[in-house]
Amino acid sequence: MLAKAEQLFVRMLAPLLLLPLAANSMAEGGMWSEVINMTPGVTEVSRQIYDLHMIIFWISVVIGVLVFGVMFYSMIAHRKSKGYKAANFHESTTVEIAWTVIPALILIVMAIPATTALINLYDTDDAELDIKVTGYQWKWQYEYLGEDVAFMSELATPESEIYNQGEKGEFYLQEVNEPLVIPVDTKVRFLITAKDVIHSWWMTDFGVKKDAIPGFINETWAKVDKTGIYRGACTELCGQGHAFMPVVVRVVEKAEYQEWIGNKKAEAAAMRELTEKVFTKDELMAKGEEAYNRSCAACHQTNGEGIPGVFPAMKGGVITTGELAGHLDIVVNGKPGTAMQAFGAQLSEVDIAAIITYERNAWGNDMGDVVQPIDVLKFKQGQ
Amino acid sequence: MAHGPAKGIGRWLFTTNHKDIGTLYLWFSFTMFLLGGFFAMVIRAELFQPGMQIIRPEFFNQMTTMHGLVMVFGAIMPAFVGLANWMIPLQIGAPDMALPRMNNLSFWILPFAFAILSSTLFMEGGAPNFGWTFYAPLSTTYAPPSVNYFIFAIHIMGASSIMGSINIIATVLNLRAPGMTMMKMPLFVWTWLITAFLLIAVMPVLAGAVTMMLMDINFGTSFFNAAGGGDPVLFQHVFWFFGHPEVYIIILPAFGVISAIIPTFSRKPLFGYSSMVYATAAIAFLSFIVWAHHMFTVGMPLTGELYFMYATMLIAVPTGVKVFNWVATMFKGAMSFETPMLFAIAFVILFTIGGFTGLMLAIAPSDIQYHDTYFVVAHFHYVMVAGAVFSGTGAVYYWLPKWCGKMYNETMGKLQFWIAFIGFNITFFPQHFLGLAGMPRRYADYALQFADWNMVSSIGAFMYGAAQLLFLYNVIATIVAGKPVTEPKTWEGAEGLEWTVPTPAPYHTFSTPPEVK
Repeated sequence: MLAKAEQLFVRMLAPLLLLPLAANSMAEGGMWSEVINMTPGVTEVSRQIYDLHMIIFWISVVIGVLVFGVMFYSMIAHRKSKGYKAANFHESTTVEIAWTVIPALILIVMAIPATTALINLYDTDDAELDIKVTGYQWKWQYEYLGEDVAFMSELATPESEIYNQGEKGEFYLQEVNEPLVIPVDTKVRFLITAKDVIHSWWMTDFGVKKDAIPGFINETWAKVDKTGIYRGACTELCGQGHAFMPVVVRVVEKAEYQEWIGNKKAEAAAMRELTEKVFTKDELMAKGEEAYNRSCAACHQTNGEGIPGVFPAMKGGVITTGELAGHLDIVVNGKPGTAMQAFGAQLSEVDIAAIITYERNAWGNDMGDVVQPIDVLKFKQGQ
Repeated sequence: MAHGPAKGIGRWLFTTNHKDIGTLYLWFSFTMFLLGGFFAMVIRAELFQPGMQIIRPEFFNQMTTMHGLVMVFGAIMPAFVGLANWMIPLQIGAPDMALPRMNNLSFWILPFAFAILSSTLFMEGGAPNFGWTFYAPLSTTYAPPSVNYFIFAIHIMGASSIMGSINIIATVLNLRAPGMTMMKMPLFVWTWLITAFLLIAVMPVLAGAVTMMLMDINFGTSFFNAAGGGDPVLFQHVFWFFGHPEVYIIILPAFGVISAIIPTFSRKPLFGYSSMVYATAAIAFLSFIVWAHHMFTVGMPLTGELYFMYATMLIAVPTGVKVFNWVATMFKGAMSFETPMLFAIAFVILFTIGGFTGLMLAIAPSDIQYHDTYFVVAHFHYVMVAGAVFSGTGAVYYWLPKWCGKMYNETMGKLQFWIAFIGFNITFFPQHFLGLAGMPRRYADYALQFADWNMVSSIGAFMYGAAQLLFLYNVIATIVAGKPVTEPKTWEGAEGLEWTVPTPAPYHTFSTPPEVK
C-alpha cells in the first residue's frame, strides 16, 4: 500500500510540473490550448511585459526542476522501506550562504529588465492624442479632449444571452454598443478616472491596466502598431455589473480615424440641434423605451418592477407618479449614497427627456405629461 | 494533584484548560471551513458554464466576499490558534497557557463574531458584497446596510486575535521549562511567537480601517470619499498595511508545522534550524514594507512602484532558504510516507509553485497584466490552501493520536490526501491559464473562450470539497473507533517534549516542569 501510494505520488506530480511546458508547445491547437498563456500583444510595452513574464517563468521552471529534482531523488532513494539509514547532518554554513546569495543575484539580474520596462511604461510624455476614460457603474465614458466628442460605451450583449434564453454570440460579454476608436501608430495618452466606485481599465493587448478612481486622474499610454478590434475588461470589483462592462477598442488607419472623428463632431452638432426640437409623445415614448432598456433596466428591470428591497419599482413608483421636478432631479443628479447615479453627465438631454416621459407613461403609470429636451436643459441650467 | 475536566456543557463554556480551548478552536475553525467551502461550491457551480444559471451577480459578489472573510478569519486563523493552544504548552514544557481566563474569552467571542457576520446573509440588501478586501467607496458609500454588522464582526475578531497573541507571547516568554532556551524551542513555537507579534502590530490597523469606514458611513466623515476631500487610495494603503502581514500571519505557523513533520518522517534533525529562525524573522520584517505591491495599478509614482517591486522580490530570499532547508532535511534521511508526511511534501511542492507565481507577481510591469485576474486567484490559493490548509490538515493527522489516544486509519488518511491533492490541482492549476488568457477575478460570468478551463476548475473544486467531508469522517471515526495507542511517542522519528507525556495527553501536563538538557 505504502509503496503504491508513493509511486502514484511521483506519477501524479511529474505531469503536473510538465503541464505548462506541454501547454506552451501546443499553442497552435484548439480552444483549450489557446487559453493558456499571456499573449505578446500589439504595443512595445505589452511585448516587454510578455518577455519579462516568459523570462521569470523559465527561471522558475529551472529552479523548480532543480529543487524538486533533489527532493524526488531523495524520496525515491532515501526511504526507510529500502533500509536506507538516515544521515545526521543538520547544518552547513557554506551551503546555506550559497543558497542565500545565488537567489539574491538572480533577483538582481531580473530587476534590471523589469526596471527598464517600468520606466518605459510610465513615460506618458509627447502623446499625440488625449482621451479621458471615465468609469461608471457599469460602463465606460470616452472623451476626446479638445475635440468635443464624448460617448458612453456599454455592454451590447442582450440579457437573454446572459440568462440563457438565447444562443450566446461569438463575442459574448466582450461586445459594446460603441467601441473606443484610436489611430494606429499614434501615441495615445489615457486619462483615467471614475465617477462612483473604483474601476480598472484593462486593455490586455496594449499592456495597459490602470485603476479608475473617483477624485483622481491616472495616466497611462499606448502606441498600437496593428489595426484591429481589441477586447479587454474591468478589473476592479465595482458592484453587480463588474463582469458586464467590457473595454473594446477599434484601432484604425490614421486617415480612417480622421474621417471617423469628423463624423462624430458632426453628430455632436446635430445632437445640440435636436435639443431645441419639440418631439411628439409617441416619438419620446419610442426613444424612451430604447434608452430606458439600455441605461435603467439593469437595476429597475424591463418591466419597471425593480428588485424589492434593492432597487425601487418604477411601475407605480413614488417618484415616477409624483411631481415632475422631483423626477427630473433624481435622474439628472442621482441619489448620493445609493446606486442611483447622476445621469445628467452621462446621457444627452434628448435621452433624459425620453426616459422620463417613458417612465411616467409606461407600465400603466399614465401620468400623461411629456418632457421635452429643452426642459431638461433648462432644469440643468437652472440649478 | 490532578483533577479531570468538569462535566457537561459547563466544561466547554468555562474551561481555562489549553487543551479544551485548543479543541474548541479546532472544531470551530473546521465548522467555518465547511461554511466557507459551501460558499466556494456555490461560486464554482455558478462558474461551471458561461451565463447566469443559479444565482444573480449581486449574490455572486456576496458569495466571493463571505467565502474570503470566513476562510481567512474563521477557518485558517482559528485553526492555527487551536494548534498553538494545544501544542505550545506541550512543546515548551508549560502546564498551561499563561493567561487561561483570557484564553477562554478570546475563543468564546469568536462564535458571536461569525454569527453576526453570517446573519447578514438574511438581511435586507444582502450580505457584504464588496470583496474580502472591501475597497472603499464600494464598501462605504455604495455598501448595503449590513456593512455595519460586518464592521462590528471584524472588531470582535480583531479583539480575539490580539488577546490570543498576547497569551502566546506571554506563554512563550515566561513559561518555558528550565533549560528550554529560545534557540532550543521547536520551530512551531518560534513561528507562532513571531506571528503573534505581527498580529499585535496589524490587527489595530485593520480596526482603524473599519472604524474610518464606520465614520464615513454613519457620521458624515470623508476619510475615503473623494467628494468630501478624502482619498479612496488611502483605504488601500491602510488595508494592505494590515493585509500583507496578514498573509504571513497565516503562513508562518504553517511553516512551523511543516518543520515538525518533515524531520519526524525523515528521521533526521531539521536542517539549518537557526537559519529557519532568522528566515522567519526576516519574512516578518519584510512583510511590513511591501504592502503596496497589491496596488501596482493604482497609479503610484514610478519611484514608489520601483521600491515596492525591489522590496517584494527580496522576500524570495528567506522563503527560498526555508524551502531549501526542508529539502535538505529530507535529503539522506530515512523517509516514510504516512499521511502527515504526504501533506507536508505536497505543501513544499505546491507552496513553492505559489512562491514562483508570487515572484512573477512581484515584477511590477508583468503585474500590470496579472493584477486582479485569475492568475492572482491561483497564486494565493496555492499559498493559502496548499500552504495553510494542507499544513493544518497534516498537523491534525500528526498530533491526533497524541490528542485522543487513538490512531487514524492510514488507508483512509491517504485516500483523503490523494483526493484533496488531485482535486486541489485540478481546481487551481487551470486558473493560472485563465488569468494569463485574460479572465479577471470576481467575475460572475465570463466570455466563451474561458468556458473549458472553468468547467475543469469547477469539477476539481467539487472533488476537493468532497475530500473535506472525508477528512471530517476520518477524524470522527478515529475519535470514536480508532485503534487505541498508548506509547508516548507515536512516530518513530518524532522529537520534542510533546512526545514525552503519556498518550493520550492527560488533562494536565507538566505540572512539574521537565528538565531540558
